[in-house]
Amino acid sequence: MVTFLLNGEIVQTRVSGTETLLDFLRERMGLTGTKEGCNEGDCGACSVVVTGADGKSRAMNACILFMPQLHGRAVRTVEGISAPDGTLHPVQDAMVRHHGSQCGFCTPGFIASMAAAHTNRATDHADQLAGNLCRCTGYAPIIRAAEAAESEAVPAWMIDDLSALSGVPGAFTQPESADELATWYAAHPDATLIGGATDVGLWVTKQLRELDEIAFLGRCADMQQIAVSEAEIKIGAACTITDVLAAMQDTHPSFAEMLRRYGSVQVRNAATIGGNIANGSPIGDSPPALIALGATLHLRHGETRRALPLEEFFIAYGKQDRAKGEFVEAVTIPRQADTLRCYKLSKRFDQDISAVCGCFNLVIEGGKVISARIAFGGMAGTPKRATHVENALTGKAWTQTTVDLAAAEFSNDYAPMSDMRASATYRLDAAQGMLQRLFAESAGTAANVLEVTP
Amino acid sequence: MSVHTSRPHDSATLHVTGRARYTDDIPTPANTLHLAFGLSTIARGQITAMDLSAVEAADGVAAVLTARDLPFANDVSPSVHDEPLLSPGAVHYLGQPLFIVVATSHLAARKAASLGEISYAEETPLLTIDDAVAADSRFEDGPRVYTKGDIDAALKTAPHRLQGTIEIGGQEHFYLEGHAALALPQDGGEMVVHASSQHPTEIQHKVADAIGTSMNAVRVEVRRMGGGFGGKESQGNALCVACAVAAKLTGWPCKMRYDRDDDMTITGKRHEFRIAYDVGFEDSGKLVGVDFTQYARCGWAQDLSLPVADRAMLHADNAYLLDHARITSHRLKTNTQSNTAFRGFGGPQGIVGIERVMDHVAHHLGLDPLNVRRANFYPSAMHISAKMKPTTPYGMEVTDSILTEMADALELSSDYHARRAAVADWNAANPILKKGIALTPVKFGISFTLTHLNQAGALVHVYQDGSIHLNHGGTEMGQGLFTKVAQVAASVFGVPVEQVQITATDTGKVPNTSATAASSGSDLNGMAVKAACETICDRIAAHLGGEVTFADGKVITPSRTLSFADAVKDAYENRISLSATGFYATPDVAWDRIKGQGRPFFYFAYGMAVTEVVIDTLTGENRILRADILHDCGASLNPDLDIGQIEGAYVQGAGWLTMEELVWDDKGALKTHAPATYKIPCASDRPEIFNVSLWQGENAAQTIYRSKAVGEPPLMLGISALMALSDAIASCGTGYPALDAPATAERVQRAVKALRA
Repeated sequence: MVTFLLNGEIVQTRVSGTETLLDFLRERMGLTGTKEGCNEGDCGACSVVVTGADGKSRAMNACILFMPQLHGRAVRTVEGISAPDGTLHPVQDAMVRHHGSQCGFCTPGFIASMAAAHTNRATDHADQLAGNLCRCTGYAPIIRAAEAAESEAVPAWMIDDLSALSGVPGAFTQPESADELATWYAAHPDATLIGGATDVGLWVTKQLRELDEIAFLGRCADMQQIAVSEAEIKIGAACTITDVLAAMQDTHPSFAEMLRRYGSVQVRNAATIGGNIANGSPIGDSPPALIALGATLHLRHGETRRALPLEEFFIAYGKQDRAKGEFVEAVTIPRQADTLRCYKLSKRFDQDISAVCGCFNLVIEGGKVISARIAFGGMAGTPKRATHVENALTGKAWTQTTVDLAAAEFSNDYAPMSDMRASATYRLDAAQGMLQRLFAESAGTAANVLEVTP
Repeated sequence: MSVHTSRPHDSATLHVTGRARYTDDIPTPANTLHLAFGLSTIARGQITAMDLSAVEAADGVAAVLTARDLPFANDVSPSVHDEPLLSPGAVHYLGQPLFIVVATSHLAARKAASLGEISYAEETPLLTIDDAVAADSRFEDGPRVYTKGDIDAALKTAPHRLQGTIEIGGQEHFYLEGHAALALPQDGGEMVVHASSQHPTEIQHKVADAIGTSMNAVRVEVRRMGGGFGGKESQGNALCVACAVAAKLTGWPCKMRYDRDDDMTITGKRHEFRIAYDVGFEDSGKLVGVDFTQYARCGWAQDLSLPVADRAMLHADNAYLLDHARITSHRLKTNTQSNTAFRGFGGPQGIVGIERVMDHVAHHLGLDPLNVRRANFYPSAMHISAKMKPTTPYGMEVTDSILTEMADALELSSDYHARRAAVADWNAANPILKKGIALTPVKFGISFTLTHLNQAGALVHVYQDGSIHLNHGGTEMGQGLFTKVAQVAASVFGVPVEQVQITATDTGKVPNTSATAASSGSDLNGMAVKAACETICDRIAAHLGGEVTFADGKVITPSRTLSFADAVKDAYENRISLSATGFYATPDVAWDRIKGQGRPFFYFAYGMAVTEVVIDTLTGENRILRADILHDCGASLNPDLDIGQIEGAYVQGAGWLTMEELVWDDKGALKTHAPATYKIPCASDRPEIFNVSLWQGENAAQTIYRSKAVGEPPLMLGISALMALSDAIASCGTGYPALDAPATAERVQRAVKALRA
């Protein structure tokens, strides 16, 4: 049994563990305003507003949101974004006035994202809407509409009162703490753990897999904490990328800027840092940055905990140093002066999987490289350090000559593959280009196209 | 007058509240069955065995159909009957439908469809242009050739001469609403089909053939599409036919919608082209002549490839007067998706060809490419002598050019020259990042090149309460056609637009419609609606007597003034018919597509854009910084909607030529079959400064209220982004970048590297 608020009304329903919110809305509730565009979280046509126990409104993709993830939360679909009496929400009104819809199919998703952003008073509209694709308008009128609605008050009907839902138990395995999870998982070592379902969701919607045993981590509040001490920053595995981005804003702003381009608002609101690490993808964006920062991974099996340098977790493609029943509990970053630079390369700047993600953490003192930690995604079967490049830099003068010599070492560190995102040659060229960019930026030379103004 | 004023899309409020209903949103009757295709997993070969026992045994499966089970025509081709719904044995591309699963739910059908065990005798597929050329695999018996003047002599004596080649990638439509269809069997063997289609009449025709009936027993209805862009001109046939056949065989309503990955794997896309050129020119950049060889990758079936390739030839001149020209077109047959209509329909590829030539010539001569373009523009009307009218390479007179005037205006409004100088200064100061700027024009021919398609019908009823019911043959896919046509009806009747009820396109109301395509929707249907409305007005006027005017909701006669509703009531009570059809056929168009001679187009639409970009020479990453557009919609029916079309088309065109890359592996599998891997522009990719203006003028041709078509022409404004990237790369060395499309970061980096080597 799952209990949640849907457009202000309590819904209590039996669901299967992997029934998506989108199918539930369209097929069971007849709420066809929310659309299926891609069924994989990349187009945003299915966006809805989800409010959690913290009272924050978040845009999320209903197509890869499993029903149990909604337990105890509030959902607003496009039908519930206008008032019960039909009064339009300010973003709806602005979209009509500014011609923000043409074919209209993406529009409900845009409305949901815009309404969530409006509720949060966010005005970085292009970032807020990076997860919503439109093929008709060229986006200009949509952005104009979002800007026009900025100054309007948040309508009262958008505020959901979750108090009626507190204390209602859910039927699915939804541990309330890391301890509960550890006990359950040790007893069910073949189960699938689901953080935000931005990856596992596609196993179901695209690979059509049946998942036997699953547990959702969304209610483990103690795994959603970010603790900052003098020695380290400890990030719970169930923290969303949205949470991590906020935490990195001041400490490691280049990491935060890279995470700004990680998925979309909808994806970052669901995806967890633990999931991004534990799935072992060679093209996940957080591992290279964390490895460059010298992060430590904390694994737990029952009551047994162990820690290892993050890079050691990734053994080979599809293979990680994780035993059955063992899970990622947290990752810690040692406190340090910020010298991290992250470069994400993809066909599209926003909401695109990296072809190459290069993260450089060089400490340079007195014109000399004191230490170098460099890690890349997209260059090997795992996120991997560039040890030859690091060695060619460490202890050397930070000069163009050193950089040129070190850049040549990338081919000793990596033998990347060619695929639909990039060729092997280009990946190596781009990795070298990133090191050159690092040097150029350290010399004050403009090297970021995103910072150029017309 | 309701026309020439801006008003929102008629469904805007429905869109923003989620109440606009698309095919997949229509409530289905009880017991509706759901379909999915089982697809081939090889690109070329013969099926040797199909074991579908696991499919049949899967949960929820009601029936499994193969080619043998189809009762009548196994054909979904829009042209030469070379496209079976289900393969009868030969496999022509990876993703070809082999069997249909009919199941109790969409999910059950999808799951079962993956369970087929198919054995093949595999053959080596022809995947690329090179493969097809080497195997002489083509449609038609040989290349089409259009000529003007004496190109061989002209090239021999030209002061300068250059050769080059550009590769131009295809493009996925990525309509946000995937294909969908719902077939509802009626009593007596009739069939009603709801489709997401730009061409209801063709659906009606193909469904009738497939269920063994005549067209009068099939009714197709389309209220709206969630985007079409040409991708729903012929590609919806398969779903509609499959649903109708399954509905006929099972007796139950049948529904099908493609999962996005299936949609991208099964359906055709914009044609990939290679264009080789040999150009002769003078010191000024004025072309003496150009010899183009166009290679179009058509895919496995003919579909609409011949007219697409024709239109590429017909736009090989774009905005430029060529005294000597030859255009040779190869229509290549490959083992890939059957490429199809896509906004511009071959025109964009043809235009990219000559814009590349202009860029290359300018680079060779060290001139501002804009000066080279200007030196070659078709002359404006005022500079044309009566006896020496400029003609296109296919012999059509160009008498409506406004290219020079538009360039004058856009140069000024975009501050082109100062910005070009500023870009050069900026590049001198920046070793890693480089900017580029380019102005490119478009001249686009308006009319279906298959001349008989240039017709439209309308049906208008006025009810006794004065309300108006409007229907016509055009379909609504977001372009605002219904809004514009309603404005036309309201203008004729002199009533507010709100009094006009827009209704779904329906083959039972207006028959024998052409696809809503070729940008012609409002030109054709607007005229047909106007004719129908005028017929009714004329009847009312004749009844009332004297000179009668319809304006401001009133009907004014020499003796009295009535409200429109009262006039209608009066006419009704005097037994005057208040229902009329309207019909329109575009005048003056006639040409010979084999010879390449005549007048295929009623008129031309013009536009131009200035784009400024920045590139990172280390990684090739690039961005559009600013776009300034001046576009010609004649006397626009609805300026805001037209501006919306232009903004959207520009971004779509720029996306095609920059980030949108289709990649197949060496087995012929499309690797970019979902938005995770195929990247269309998102919000931050729009130009940060985006100035769009309409040219103030009216169509020289007698079109609906002197407006011009707007659907396709502005797509080609995006070509300025490709040329601006070329300009930025050119600043990295002395050679010519010869940049191919799409100019992804990888291609830009490779071009920079080549120039710096």
